[in-house]
Amino acid sequence: MSETSAAQAPAQSDRAAPPRPGLAEAAQGYLLVAPPFLYALLLLAAPLAAIALFSFWTQDYLTLDTTFTLKNYRDAFSEPLYGQLLLRSLLISGAVTAATVLTAFPIAYYVSFHVPPARKAMWIFMITIPFWTSYLIRVFLWKVILGYNGVFNTTLQTLGVIDEPLTFILYNANAVVITLAHAYAPFAILPIYVALEKIDRSLLEAGRDLGENHLTTFWRVTLPLAMPGVVAAVLIVFIPTVGDYVTPRLVGGPNGLMIANMIQTQFLKLNNAPMGAALAVLTMAMVTAVALIFLFLNRKFLRGRQ
Amino acid sequence: MRSLRVYAILYLAFLYAPIALLPLFAFNDGTVIAFPLKGFTLEWFHELLTIPALHASVMNSLMIAVSAAIVATLLGICAARAGTRYAFPGKKGILGLVMLPLVLPEIIVAVALLVVLLQLGFSLGAWTVVLGHVLICTPFSIAILNSAFQSLDRSLEEAAIDLGETRWSSFRLVTLPLVMPGIISSLLIAFTISLDEFIIAFFLTGTEPTLPVYLWSQLRFPQKLPVIMALGTLLVLASILLLTVAEYFRRRGAARTGQSETGAFL
Repeated sequence: MSETSAAQAPAQSDRAAPPRPGLAEAAQGYLLVAPPFLYALLLLAAPLAAIALFSFWTQDYLTLDTTFTLKNYRDAFSEPLYGQLLLRSLLISGAVTAATVLTAFPIAYYVSFHVPPARKAMWIFMITIPFWTSYLIRVFLWKVILGYNGVFNTTLQTLGVIDEPLTFILYNANAVVITLAHAYAPFAILPIYVALEKIDRSLLEAGRDLGENHLTTFWRVTLPLAMPGVVAAVLIVFIPTVGDYVTPRLVGGPNGLMIANMIQTQFLKLNNAPMGAALAVLTMAMVTAVALIFLFLNRKFLRGRQ
Repeated sequence: MRSLRVYAILYLAFLYAPIALLPLFAFNDGTVIAFPLKGFTLEWFHELLTIPALHASVMNSLMIAVSAAIVATLLGICAARAGTRYAFPGKKGILGLVMLPLVLPEIIVAVALLVVLLQLGFSLGAWTVVLGHVLICTPFSIAILNSAFQSLDRSLEEAAIDLGETRWSSFRLVTLPLVMPGIISSLLIAFTISLDEFIIAFFLTGTEPTLPVYLWSQLRFPQKLPVIMALGTLLVLASILLLTVAEYFRRRGAARTGQSETGAFL
């Protein structure tokens, strides 16, 4: 057997392709998907694994002690600040997710059911534009809007609605929720819109023919069919917001800081990468757990829609 | 349904409120970012021209964004083509990993890359930011290109092969022109994402800041804010322009392959 065929043989048996798609086709698929896959493997999977490994090491000033230890995790659980930040991140993200998805649903519904088909793309485009414009500046502008002498307070004062500026809307968790709900709005609207678009309109007519009114049709037909989009929206808003850094830093004040701010401090200020890594691992574990519980609770809506 | 329409318009107002304020303060003749406005001035725009650190960061960001957009789109083409045209075991898992950065908190991606690059002894710079940005742009490229490839009629390519073209030449002559609008749209979106990305750049940029990292450093100084507002106005105009062009190409692509006109970027 020549060397070339010997080299090819294990590569092919590796794939253990079922006969259906055809070996040649599978091989071509692998060849094509290889560059993005290897990129993600080297620059995403490997670094994530490295973070997990790092979290079991310790840092002593400039030297990295590579003996295996659970010290960072013990610290994470015994130091109340870490637990508090993790919990607060979860609660803020939860509030952001609820606010974003609940306010986004009517918009997605309106565009899908009440905007003429020719103008739907226009609406979706209008909704996505603010999302693509400088994140930093957008967050900063919320500070301008919500501040003591901000746009919101001065407007309400001029209108005579309030006498004193409202102070509960900046430098606390509320400000973080408002700002993040604004930043992630398109992320919630788009998946719900896509799910609503897929609903066969004749099902709604059938519901009404069978004696349901608009509200019960919505409740018993539209909403269950839109749930996969709602579930996607919840996850796509919840997961990244837990790790948001900019918003809590700019508008959160001391009581609105979140876990990402602590991770950044550990890595760049305290030079304690292992502790930062442990917090990053805990954050991911927490997010994954919440996401899996959420998926489990909604399993009846997702069944058979793969 | 009147109330739903009113709600939709109020919601759009909420979405656009921050950007609508930008130009007001950019042209406002006062150093404090608050109402009432003082008068009209172009001073802040003139001042933009006199800051070398800003110009360096813009150049740095443009280079990073162009590189990241090209690499992410090339990877996106591979993944979208493999995902829509071929069946192979493990496809879901492989594409799932590639799409993962879409839902991963960016700070996690940033610190993971930082740890590995520093441990391997690399020095940080523009290229490390490109590595990170490719990672987060690729899922968006794939999403855009998926819809371009999905709507492709496979028999067109088969016809070309039957007529004597090779696999590669039929791809180049038949498939590529049809998905070209998707490719341009992907390039523009990836460019926009990279240009605007802060966290990964903040961790991986080293000594040469990108534009958002430079902006971040300036937000601490209240006297610099009007200039930031002027800069922000220009950035918003640039990204709206880019997105409009991207949307134009996406629609043209959809029209070319006979898709219905309801899609979006995601």
